[in-house]
Amino acid sequence: MKIVSLDPRVNRSSINETEESVVLKKLDQFQTYEVFAQTKRGVHHIHVGSVHAANKKIAVLFAKEQYARRGECVNIWVVKTSDVATTEYEDSDIFDTLDEKTHRNPESYKVLDRIKKYKERTSK
Amino acid sequence: MYGNAYIDPKKANSSLVEGENPEKLAEFEARILRGEKIEPKDWMPAMYRKQLVRMIEQHAHSEIIGSLPEGTWITRAPGFRRKLALMAKVQDEVGHAQLLYNAAETLGKSREDMINDLISGKSKYSNVFNYPAKTWADSAVIAWLIDAGAIVNQLANSRGSYGPYCRALERICAEESFHLKYGHDNVVFLATGTSKQREMVQDALTRWWPPIMHFFGPSDKDSIHSETLMRWKVKMASNDDMRQQFLNMYVPKIWDLGLTLPDPNLKKNEETGKWDYTEPDWEEFKRVINGGGPCNAERLAVRRTAEENGQWVRKALLKETETYVTPLS
Ligand SMILES: [Fe+2]
Ligand SMILES: [Fe+2]
Repeated sequence: MKIVSLDPRVNRSSINETEESVVLKKLDQFQTYEVFAQTKRGVHHIHVGSVHAANKKIAVLFAKEQYARRGECVNIWVVKTSDVATTEYEDSDIFDTLDEKTHRNPESYKVLDRIKKYKERTSK
Repeated sequence: MYGNAYIDPKKANSSLVEGENPEKLAEFEARILRGEKIEPKDWMPAMYRKQLVRMIEQHAHSEIIGSLPEGTWITRAPGFRRKLALMAKVQDEVGHAQLLYNAAETLGKSREDMINDLISGKSKYSNVFNYPAKTWADSAVIAWLIDAGAIVNQLANSRGSYGPYCRALERICAEESFHLKYGHDNVVFLATGTSKQREMVQDALTRWWPPIMHFFGPSDKDSIHSETLMRWKVKMASNDDMRQQFLNMYVPKIWDLGLTLPDPNLKKNEETGKWDYTEPDWEEFKRVINGGGPCNAERLAVRRTAEENGQWVRKALLKETETYVTPLS
């Protein structure tokens, strides 16, 4: 129950439905760029996804079309995925903070006690 | 069949975890149980990867093929504002496909392979798009109700376990609210218009109802893999549950407009709280999804031609030094 196309554009372009299929070769769709978008001035750019593009300029254009269609963006960066260095999730213990590293935390500095004791000592 | 986990019926009896390292599997499942997401380079069972690739890829194809029946009406949309709105919607849908192709790519299938599998007919896409959009009212019904179905499915899947898919779906869901409102607006405009306009929208609704009932796919609650896929948060709700959710949300809205649906058995069962309906014709569904629908050949031919026509430009732009690495997410 196949029908004749109802799309005037399809009919105009006389597309052949039985033609041999094209086969896209490797890299036909190019490499990818990672996209970083800033929602307003003053905040960090945030990674929002990636785009396939032949070069940086096209990547910026595609990133704008893909990730900023509704005015939630004031600036975009793109960077080749292959230029990004990352850590591995399986090594995520490198981010663990040890309990004894209290010297990194502001709460571990208690000057008031010392000042109080000093005042008690000297006022006698 | 939108972003529904697909189970190979021939392999119905094999286990999804056959040959997997039990320790790694336990770790993987514990992570999901804790509500953590799986990221691209994490260890994952081969079948988890396979099901997700198939599901996300089909979802991407559905977005891109789904823009074709609606795209038909861009040149003939009634009025400039509707033309602009429809162009924006179609651009969104193509954008959804890009996001989803990227998510599937992080699992190791190249974009070229996905496009090849689409235009050769190897990969599937949502069956509803093998039907034609005969009138402007069809485009309104599609934008309202097919998108509504897609939202039910996408919201469920956005709570799944695979990080890149969830992130893509979050962006997609945000845009769908415009599609839904745009579609509803168009249906309401026709339904509250002249008798001819009402007739047109009723006719479109009557024709689209069977494909809409097919939208979530056949019942899969008895599938032996469902339990594993749900534990892995690949499948987030049964096809029947999603269909029920859709009926519950939209049938009252359709009836509220004084429109009718071509199923005499359709009614909410006050006892069970669920909707009763005539079982959809799953033979028709199978026939159409396997290539026998009115528009299958045209949809693929349009897509194939687009790839063909653009190929010389891409070839001219391709640098010899180009290398491919998997996108980060
Ligand atoms: Fe979409
Ligand atoms: Fe949509």
